[in-house]
Amino acid sequence: MKILVCISNVPDTTTKIRFTDNNTAFDSTGVQWIINPWDELALTRALELKESPGGKIEKITVINVGPQGSEPTIRKALAIGADDAVRIDATPEDAYAVASNLAAYLKDNPYDIILCGIDSSDYNGSLVGGMLAEFLQLPSVSSVSKLDIEGETIKMNREIDGGTEVITTPVPFVAIVQKGIAFEPRIPSMRGIMMARQKSLNVVPAAGEEALTGFVSFELPPAKAACKMVDAENISELVDLLHNEAKVI
Amino acid sequence: MSVLVYTENWDGKFKKLSFELVSYARRIADQTGTSVTVVSIGNVAEEELDRLGRYGADKILTVNDPRLGVLINKAYSSIISQVAEKEGSKLVIFANNFTGKAIAPRVSVKLKAGIASGVNAIPSSYDPFTVSKKVFTGKAIAGVEIKTDRKILTLFQNSVEIVEKEGKTEIEAFTPELSDAEFATRVLEVNKVSGKVLLTDAEVVVSGGRGMKNAENWAPLEELASELGAALACSRPVSDEGWRPHEEHVGQTGKIIAPNLYFAMGISGAIQHLGGVSSSKCIVAVNTDKDAPIFEAADYGVVGDVHKVLPELITAIREIKAS
Repeated sequence: MKILVCISNVPDTTTKIRFTDNNTAFDSTGVQWIINPWDELALTRALELKESPGGKIEKITVINVGPQGSEPTIRKALAIGADDAVRIDATPEDAYAVASNLAAYLKDNPYDIILCGIDSSDYNGSLVGGMLAEFLQLPSVSSVSKLDIEGETIKMNREIDGGTEVITTPVPFVAIVQKGIAFEPRIPSMRGIMMARQKSLNVVPAAGEEALTGFVSFELPPAKAACKMVDAENISELVDLLHNEAKVI
Repeated sequence: MSVLVYTENWDGKFKKLSFELVSYARRIADQTGTSVTVVSIGNVAEEELDRLGRYGADKILTVNDPRLGVLINKAYSSIISQVAEKEGSKLVIFANNFTGKAIAPRVSVKLKAGIASGVNAIPSSYDPFTVSKKVFTGKAIAGVEIKTDRKILTLFQNSVEIVEKEGKTEIEAFTPELSDAEFATRVLEVNKVSGKVLLTDAEVVVSGGRGMKNAENWAPLEELASELGAALACSRPVSDEGWRPHEEHVGQTGKIIAPNLYFAMGISGAIQHLGGVSSSKCIVAVNTDKDAPIFEAADYGVVGDVHKVLPELITAIREIKAS
């Protein structure tokens, strides 16, 4: 079986967010770029499955829709352990354009298990995985917090409001994964970094559809009023404020 | 032309989130001079469906099929797309929860409708169609323009006011065309936790961080939560250490919540944590470090040891409830 992990190139989660061009574009000056955290967990789980004794995974490919500037992030995924990589040469304008580009590539290059993160930490769309499945007419399983291969059967846990479900679906399929699928992302080793330079990073031209949406403006949230400090010896005052001033209890 | 809303049910019942969605659709329909149609999938009693009329549903289409007792993404998105086609809906609204995230993107592709996910307000303009949402996990707010004629929105919880008024609704059955291929995914087991307040529904959330020291120290947090009818949550290190299940992790890579009241107990307030809770209406922080970043996000703060503060807090809350 072959696994494809879709990765987004996003600003490090500690980035101080700023905008440019009269608040119509993200200011990437001095930003550190990383693999989107959920995509990184997906890659971690893919590697665990490949390494497990008697594992059936022959190959793990990572794919990104992005300009040349995403290549350091793609190389990091190779250094962590992906076997090869594909970059679809397009600016990721919106989820629809990204998913249609991925679908166009996958029509001729099928994979058995396609993993997408449930969200991206930049524009918080939570859309690409579901859209990709629909473009390819494949089943999608969302909010997956566990994925195991038992013989020929794939078993997944899907988180629902107040519980979990155990789900199986035939391959090929798209799993949209969240925390729980794996816990600690891996740090590339020196050997991994060296090996990544030899691995294939195939750049393919864009063949997808146009975006249907676009960001027109950005703003920072209004500054918060100063925190009202209450003495630790006087907790009843805190409760009084919550009851009479904030009216939340 | 109507605005179409998908309202999921939980064992045949609707909840606050459902009423918020219908209220939201009603306001948009009033501003654009159209009606609100609801689609409900699964077995829901007529009295329960009637409740949606009080929030502004003009018509409810119900779909019932024994295979639809659990969420099957392909089948559900096929049904909602068929209803949207039949009704000629220009706008389809979902919740931005697990279910909405599972099916709205599929419907977007089926209808070739541009989607704005996790929106937090009524559209600021209808021509061009522009609506706001939080981006960078709460660190910024963006205006999104949808350029297609048909549009989809997923609404972030606790974003708009729920408005109840007089109103009646028509209920009709709808029979979709479904092929076996749409049921390839099978749910083998359903494991529900009962008797617990759900984190995403909770009005009050009690959350513990590394300052709690270990898993055994959770009892007073549980006691505080039960006193307030609150849900329990935790910060990332706590779930990474395995002190609490990952379902309780709130923050950037965990759940994003927006309760009325959030207690951050022994949580320093890393930027990733704040992203998940900054939409809370009121934040109370207790931490030994007076310079902890949580105090910049909090409304009320106590510099002190959570283990000493918690019992006093529980006592003081009992007193105010008794008075």
